[in-house]
Amino acid sequence: MTVAEDQAPRQLYAGSGDARGGGRLEVENVSKTYGAGHFAKTVVQDCSFAIEQGKLTVMIGPSGCGKSTLIRLMAGFERPSNGTISIDGKPVTGPGLDRLVVFQESALFPWMTTYDNIMYGPRARGRDNAETRELAEFLLQKVGLSVFRSKYPPQLSGGMQRRAELARAMVNNPSVMILDEPFRGLDAMTKKLMQEYYARLYEETRRTTFFVTTDIDEAIYLADRLLVMTNIPSRVRAVLEVDLPRPRRLEDLIESDDANRIKMQALSLLHEEAMKSFARGSKAAADFVEAYSRRINKPN
Amino acid sequence: MTSKLVDRFVLPLFSGRFWRGVLAITVFLVLWEIGSRSESWLGVAMPWVSRVPAPTAVTATFLDLMKDPGYWFSWYLSSKRVFEGFVAAMLIGIPLGLAMAVSRGFYGTMFPVFEVFRPIPPLAWVPASIIFWPTQEMSIAFVTFLGAFYAIVINVIGGAQAIDVRFFQAARSMGSSSWDIFRRIILPGTLPSIVVGATVGIGITWAVVVAAEMISGGGSAGSMGGAGGGLGFFIWNSYVGGSYTQIVVGMISIGIAGYISSAMLRKLGDWITPWLRDG
Repeated sequence: MTVAEDQAPRQLYAGSGDARGGGRLEVENVSKTYGAGHFAKTVVQDCSFAIEQGKLTVMIGPSGCGKSTLIRLMAGFERPSNGTISIDGKPVTGPGLDRLVVFQESALFPWMTTYDNIMYGPRARGRDNAETRELAEFLLQKVGLSVFRSKYPPQLSGGMQRRAELARAMVNNPSVMILDEPFRGLDAMTKKLMQEYYARLYEETRRTTFFVTTDIDEAIYLADRLLVMTNIPSRVRAVLEVDLPRPRRLEDLIESDDANRIKMQALSLLHEEAMKSFARGSKAAADFVEAYSRRINKPN
Repeated sequence: MTSKLVDRFVLPLFSGRFWRGVLAITVFLVLWEIGSRSESWLGVAMPWVSRVPAPTAVTATFLDLMKDPGYWFSWYLSSKRVFEGFVAAMLIGIPLGLAMAVSRGFYGTMFPVFEVFRPIPPLAWVPASIIFWPTQEMSIAFVTFLGAFYAIVINVIGGAQAIDVRFFQAARSMGSSSWDIFRRIILPGTLPSIVVGATVGIGITWAVVVAAEMISGGGSAGSMGGAGGGLGFFIWNSYVGGSYTQIVVGMISIGIAGYISSAMLRKLGDWITPWLRDG
């Protein structure tokens, strides 16, 4: 992919946390309960963790463990019942440009072309100027969608939609990007390509990122740091540092002992969590427990 | 351009579907003709069908009427009433539906009232409408308006409420003001439902205008001979005058008028919602 020789968009693009001067997101003793009285359901309980500036923090946990709820709290769409969330020391009180979410499936506006989607944020803030347009062009090229600029989202493939959505967030130069299972629903091949593509993108920009997934291989491939979550109500069960050299390639990870060690560690934690929820009667956990025990009982 | 015209008008000539359609219509017309003329042709009057004028007779009357300005004036009058009622329903229905969709308070106040009025058939309004409105013309237009109004409002509310909540979240994160969200998310997000509501609405409008003209006597009837009160009155007047072929011409005219208006709306709808097209 050829990159424009222009310095201005490149700087903005690579701006990451430093350009905005921050990106450290802190979650402290956060709880979230829906409903009240007899119907109260606590989804997140006493959850604390930090997302370090310039790092890619991946959160992994069983489906339905409250990861998406945490994202809504961090993005400011909902308020925690208890505890505080702050970015660079300032409490989060609502949605903001410093924390942009790339949603599960696609949340591109169907009635806007790729280009108009990318320019949505700048236009909303009255910044449809030459500089922003240049950045939009740069990003279009970066995500390989220059040719598809005038297409509407339903006319794009799944992978293109995700890339367009990444560009739509990046054009606003957020301090933190929050990605909620962004590659879910893609076919296996496209998913791998998107993971590699996304790793390159991150390695180039080092923008502070919070990435949520249920895919352990994706998690280890991308993460600087891995947060393993408990079952609902959600808390951080363990923090694993993923000290693998960058740039990373998917093939290397299969052979890397370090990667496999971290994977086993994470899997056994997830297994313990699944056992607990299986004991409480969760049907979803049963599959995991069954498959996992077959896997480790098999002699190598 | 040329290839588009070929696609549109020449290629169908080679498709089986097209010819099956032509065949079906032809068979229908032939059977109708035989049925209508069964008494003189077969010596046995077929039940029901023999009372209906034959297609050839209808065509002859239609050709005659083409030269009659009164007939065209009926077209004009009905179209005008449909147009007036429909445009009024859009102008009032779309903002009302949007307001109900975006404001919980307004919805809570208006929707119960709306739901009480909605089951009342527009035609039940004809007498009240004649009393209420100063002119016959206005009362017919009002009843026509009601026909389209409910369909439009219901579709606008449903469409706006079905917009994915993530669109609002994304927009707010990116710094959109409420007005910006309304203009760039809610309005375009509701547009497909507005098109659906309008298409359904205009169909009801034609049904209503015809009946309203029959009941009310067609407003300006008399000024243009027997056929001055719109297509509904034209049919009624033909019935009273015993001209059965004219009744059928009137019926077919309404079919054509309804088809043309729906087709125009569909075209317009396609044009304003380009993201719903393929490719």
